Amino acid sequence: MLQIPLWKRVLIAAVCVIGIALAVPNLFYDRVERHNDALAALQAGAIASPEIEDDLSLWPEVLPSRLVNLGLDLRGGAHLLAEVQLADVYASRIDGYWPEVRDALRGLRDEIGTIRRQDGPPDRLRVRISRPEGMPAAIAAVEDLARPIATLTGVGARDIAVEGQGDILTVTLSEAERAATDERTMQQSLEIIRRRVDEAGTREPTIQRQGQDRILIQVPGIGSAQELKALIGTTARLTFHAVTGVTEDATSRVDADQLLLPSLDEAGVFYVLERTPVVSGDDLTDSQPGFDQNSLPAVTFRFNPSGARAFGQFTGQNVGAPFAIVLDEEVVTAPTIREAITGGSGQITGNFDVEEANRLAILLRAGALPAEMTFLEERTIGPELGQDSIDAGQVAALVAMAAVVVFMVLSYGLFGAFATVALGVNVALIFGVLGLIGGTLTLPGIAGIVLTIGMAVDANVLVFERIREEMKTAKGPARAIELGYQRALSAIIDANITTFIIAAILFTLGSGPVRGFAVTLGIGILTSVFTAIFVTRLLIVAWFERRRPRTIEV
Amino acid sequence: MRLRLVPQDTNWDFMQYRHWTFGASLVAMVGAIAIWLIVGLNFGIDFLGGTTIRTDSTQAVDVGAYRDAIAPLELGDVVISEVFDPTFAPDQHVAQIRIQAQEGAESVTPETIAAVEAALQGVDPSITFPSVESVGPKVSGELITTALIAVAASLGAILIYIWLRFEWQFSVGAIAALIHDVVLTIGVFSLLQIRFDLATIAAILTIIGYSINDTVVIFDRLRENLIKYKKTPLIDVMNRSVNETLSRTLMTSGTTLLALVALLVLGGDVIRGFVFAIFWGVIVGTYSSVYVAKNVVLMLGVDRDPKQPDAGTQFGAVDA
Repeated sequence: MLQIPLWKRVLIAAVCVIGIALAVPNLFYDRVERHNDALAALQAGAIASPEIEDDLSLWPEVLPSRLVNLGLDLRGGAHLLAEVQLADVYASRIDGYWPEVRDALRGLRDEIGTIRRQDGPPDRLRVRISRPEGMPAAIAAVEDLARPIATLTGVGARDIAVEGQGDILTVTLSEAERAATDERTMQQSLEIIRRRVDEAGTREPTIQRQGQDRILIQVPGIGSAQELKALIGTTARLTFHAVTGVTEDATSRVDADQLLLPSLDEAGVFYVLERTPVVSGDDLTDSQPGFDQNSLPAVTFRFNPSGARAFGQFTGQNVGAPFAIVLDEEVVTAPTIREAITGGSGQITGNFDVEEANRLAILLRAGALPAEMTFLEERTIGPELGQDSIDAGQVAALVAMAAVVVFMVLSYGLFGAFATVALGVNVALIFGVLGLIGGTLTLPGIAGIVLTIGMAVDANVLVFERIREEMKTAKGPARAIELGYQRALSAIIDANITTFIIAAILFTLGSGPVRGFAVTLGIGILTSVFTAIFVTRLLIVAWFERRRPRTIEV
Repeated sequence: MRLRLVPQDTNWDFMQYRHWTFGASLVAMVGAIAIWLIVGLNFGIDFLGGTTIRTDSTQAVDVGAYRDAIAPLELGDVVISEVFDPTFAPDQHVAQIRIQAQEGAESVTPETIAAVEAALQGVDPSITFPSVESVGPKVSGELITTALIAVAASLGAILIYIWLRFEWQFSVGAIAALIHDVVLTIGVFSLLQIRFDLATIAAILTIIGYSINDTVVIFDRLRENLIKYKKTPLIDVMNRSVNETLSRTLMTSGTTLLALVALLVLGGDVIRGFVFAIFWGVIVGTYSSVYVAKNVVLMLGVDRDPKQPDAGTQFGAVDA
């Protein structure tokens, strides 16, 4: 009657042993973490120093060393939700078309007369032609410039849309091109943020795209969200422009192909610059902090070959004229060109300190963000608060466990003790599975585990109560146990599936700590069903086979 | 000698109180909604936008002095409250400062936070700021929508699942019980002005999960007994089912509440609101499984058509 085949017993025992083995490293969190860090450092090519060796020996190589990630609310750190201003990129994309459009239209001078770029919204290029009757020819000429783009849906889609109204020709990005640009902008932003965060050398940052235009950044161990923002919030777009004039009037009007930008250091000074940069930060290959000849902090940079060529050509043709180094819409310096700079490297000096020079070098090295970001959500959690939460959670979990154990043993005697063993296995399995799937433990997640401790006995209680009932009618204890398991099963399954549905919904719709809770709740449901209907049962059957009691007391 | 929460073989007539309890549930729900509408929920920044700053100091918290220090910054509505917790060290004094979302800003500007921190440091040099959180109004609006979708989706999914596994009357009864639990939880949060944030939504969903668990166990027994006692009136079968599962209901609620009490007392103040919601939900959920869910099923009646003797038992014979 009460039979469990050997292979099933071995399987159940194996799952328990593996689960416990996977959970054990979490008991020695600090040691294992230092061991793992040392190992990672060695694999990254660090030279084995005594400290690394020491850390490495803290945990034996043969044992599992996977740890459960601690969420930001437990470890402390910074959390940012950034929105990328995708429309920013349209402006520079459309600006990029201007030289081509200008050249194409100049070729048609006879038909359309003179052309002049007009001011307008940044995401469209507006050109006035002096002979409106030539508009169809102008449109045709500009449309010839359109390039086909490869998209999944729009076969034959073009990158720009051209229309003419009166004497104004307007060029905008097509819908398909905008979508493609958005996608590219997001990919670039993610990549650049990742590079910048990595350069700062923090542990296990989370950088995720969320929805159409958002990026979630979580960096454990960083001091505050402000620090993180200083690192990733700066666009760091570096450009070199020809200077056409200097003014002190912030409202002075400039041509559509010129820019009016303020000076970084000198208040009230504005430079008039050519809109199209000579070289931009995209052409940089390296950037390092350093000092200039006056021992002031400076940032050195090196161009790639094409950047070096363009810069050499420009400086060769403009000896004696000033050029401007522009960082994020501010003129850092505007030195006069003494001679052609052909070496492909240079130095930016400005009014910054060593730390700022250091950061600027990192930013230039990692590349500029394609678009600006605004921050929708920012959270800083101090490491002490996280540690306090862990401590409190641990104490609460132990007390909860002890209380449940006492309660179960008092109520069900030996069977209660079996359920207690299963409960211990259950908690170990939760940690084991969490570590295995790389889940993150958050503060609500700890609450989820404590709740699971309370609820995990439910399946056992259902079975035990059922066995008690069956004892009244069934013939002999073995039959009662068997029937108890059989008949309690549908209630166990139904009750747990509904709770599992909730966990799944929480996981899908929640974020951060709530998601962490959903994960532990979901895992807890699976493991508690497993331990209740397999582990407890195996224990009871094994005991029953040894003792063969005539009656049992549940 | 075993601990027994209930005597063996009870045969209490639970359903005789059905009019009283149903009436009481209705009154409680109306009361909860009234409090909710009149007093309102104490929304956290997740839903309102704004900033919360947690302060920690070795000196006693002086709410008045904090307020005076922050007042010149003109940040609009600023709520300062001291936090007490048994897990704090004797010389640990914690306060929570909430600043409303600033007009026109997506998120509170770094300058504002720096200014607040500097002002507080002027009052109390030993003060530190273990956590600073800002949520912009744009995100908070979306968080509300997501939270509502989550609750609605959970109810919908359960409605369908119970309908598939049992009958539609059961599913209506289960949903009625769940709505009862959710409404009473919102009511108690309004009444006690406990902060209502994303974690509370997670707690409400957990309550839904717990309560349905309880309801399903009793329904399962009811289904079994309906097949066993075909001629007995529905109300008697219900009574019998509640009695048979009573011991289990109290055991499970008991262990869960024990665990939650430990968390409530020792788990720290950060998750107290969250744990309290679940604690409350377990109590209300246990009650509603017996008195709301079954009452509704009783009113709707059950189609006891013997043509489907094995309705819903298809998983019952799985061998472990």
